[in-house]
Amino acid sequence: MSDGLGLWTVPLAVVGGAIRVSTPFLFVSLGETITERSGRINLGLEGTLVFGAMAAYATAVMTGSPWAGVAVAGLAGGLFGLLHGFVCKFPRVNDVAIGIALMLFGSGLAFFLGKPFIQPSAPPLPAIGFGAWSDLPQVQAALRVNVLFLIGAALSVALWWGLRNTRAGLVLRVVGDSADAARAMGYDVDHVRLLATGLGGVLAGIGGAYLSLYYPGSWNEGVSSGQGLMAVALVIFARWNPLACFGAALLFGGAGALGPALQSVGVSQGYYLFYAAPYVLTLALLVATSSPDRALAGAPGELSLSK
Amino acid sequence: MPVADLPFTRRRLLGTGALLGLGVATASRARAADPLTVGVIYVGPKDDYGYNQAHAQAAKALKGLPGVEITEEERVPETNAVEKTMESMINLDGATLLLPTSFGYYSPYLLAEAKKNPKIQFRHCGGLWTDKDPKNAGSYFGYIAQGQYLNGVVAAHASKSKTIGFVAAKPIPQVLNNVNAFLLGAQSVDPAMTCQVIFTGEWSLAVKEAEATNALIDGGADVITCHVDSPKVVVETAARRGAFVCGYHVDQSPLAPQKYLTGAEWNWLPIYKGFIEAMQAGRTPENFVRGGLADGYVKMSPYGPGVGDAARRNADAVKAEMLKGGYAIIKGPLKDNAGKEVLPAGKTYPEKAAELESTNYLVAGVKGSV
Repeated sequence: MSDGLGLWTVPLAVVGGAIRVSTPFLFVSLGETITERSGRINLGLEGTLVFGAMAAYATAVMTGSPWAGVAVAGLAGGLFGLLHGFVCKFPRVNDVAIGIALMLFGSGLAFFLGKPFIQPSAPPLPAIGFGAWSDLPQVQAALRVNVLFLIGAALSVALWWGLRNTRAGLVLRVVGDSADAARAMGYDVDHVRLLATGLGGVLAGIGGAYLSLYYPGSWNEGVSSGQGLMAVALVIFARWNPLACFGAALLFGGAGALGPALQSVGVSQGYYLFYAAPYVLTLALLVATSSPDRALAGAPGELSLSK
Repeated sequence: MPVADLPFTRRRLLGTGALLGLGVATASRARAADPLTVGVIYVGPKDDYGYNQAHAQAAKALKGLPGVEITEEERVPETNAVEKTMESMINLDGATLLLPTSFGYYSPYLLAEAKKNPKIQFRHCGGLWTDKDPKNAGSYFGYIAQGQYLNGVVAAHASKSKTIGFVAAKPIPQVLNNVNAFLLGAQSVDPAMTCQVIFTGEWSLAVKEAEATNALIDGGADVITCHVDSPKVVVETAARRGAFVCGYHVDQSPLAPQKYLTGAEWNWLPIYKGFIEAMQAGRTPENFVRGGLADGYVKMSPYGPGVGDAARRNADAVKAEMLKGGYAIIKGPLKDNAGKEVLPAGKTYPEKAAELESTNYLVAGVKGSV
């Protein structure tokens, strides 16, 4: 234990874990926020995430460029989103059911097409070291921040601002809160929802690229471990607010790092309980922020779960 | 409309049925002369750089044998899905020897199928078959802890911080034996060595394995090994952080050419060949197969560039001892990491000791708990 940090390892690991693990949560939840703000739920983003991870890895292996991988993942995610948006346009089609179908389809297709790419190694995405001020290798490692994380952080601020202050944001919110009002104003509701779902898919695909090209940085069939589904739940927890999505993603990422970090400092009893920390945390926060008077503040009015 | 007017009369139906029955009878008679069909079932993908790949490599080599046909299924979960897979291999592919390779397949799934199909032979990879179980079932396993002991010897020479790290999936005896062996090997070089273990709780969880590797390195460990289904993430993450790695299951040196020291690998081929030869000779394959380096069931990866001459000589000398057979890693006096005595002075558990299949302790010097 010549250069161990003792108990300081835990907060450091939680900060490092928040930065390392949160990015897929962030991208999927931002994508889902856009989609849900338009009045639809896309549960298929777990499948999109897995497919994006596969597409990005395969492209990076074949072209040698991780950014080409990100682009292809975004594109593939967009196609999945558009498919969801297109099918849901038809009357009496349930968006939740289509989402589940697309989730299974996306994962299955990714497993099928990704078979030859489990073995090869792809070039990883670049990261920027913000820890040069410290001579501790642990701090330097924790503060190696991937470019996609920074893009995601900037995007959450931009979305938060854009939803309030731009025309496009206003249209999106109107369509999500009252389709009738939007129609009366002359907007094509289905068209807006199609674009919103497509954009959500693009972001989820990019989140997948982060998984396979940076952290954990490998393509295999278990790479997402259900992060896409958790991110969809996280949107409700963040009350459809992009800034809150950023906070919630960090919280989930950090909570996930808690279990391994506690074991590494010797708190090793009951690690299964620590691994449940993110879920316990969600439950506790949802209960704490719930209101007996009104249900789901901030929920778009057209959402099938609040209708 | 009266029945007689229908093109399908009862008599015709009966006739067709008899013909069909005849067809089935000839088909099954033809099958008896057919080659021996072996069904191999994997819990993950066959090319995972890990546990499943080790089995798939052996299965691939079997395909070249005369009179043997292999049928495989990947990604079969440890649920009743494996029963369906076994039944389809038996009924549709005509498999008479089944090799379900994942630990969790055994109880209750394999046991149920073995009772239902008394003519089919089931051999399970793990450590679970006992005399009370059906006689057409059985288990095989390798003493890969010997490989982890050698990993530990090499790791101790490479480590500067005197702390080595282990990413473990679940606290079952086979995993605990590996953790213990890794540290005991290291302590055979330098008694001051310690080993930090982190359990991820699942056989394959990429993000958690990466987090565990980072936590180990943040805690000061500078040589990492693991017991998870696919060590790819652990090996790559550790190498990116600048730590040395010892491999597990198969040779992972292409993933980290500079940082890979050596690794403990399986070699299932001799076991599978033994089963097949017995079946072809009309005998029942052995119910309980165990072996280590001396039997050729376990082997070591070639040394990487980070292994110095002293480490090589040291590890080669221990390996030569192991190749004689009967090597004991667990030797008294030995205490566990809670201070309780595991084995008094003068007693040993040699490689074939049954006690090793119920290990439930971590030896002194391992940081972590079961």
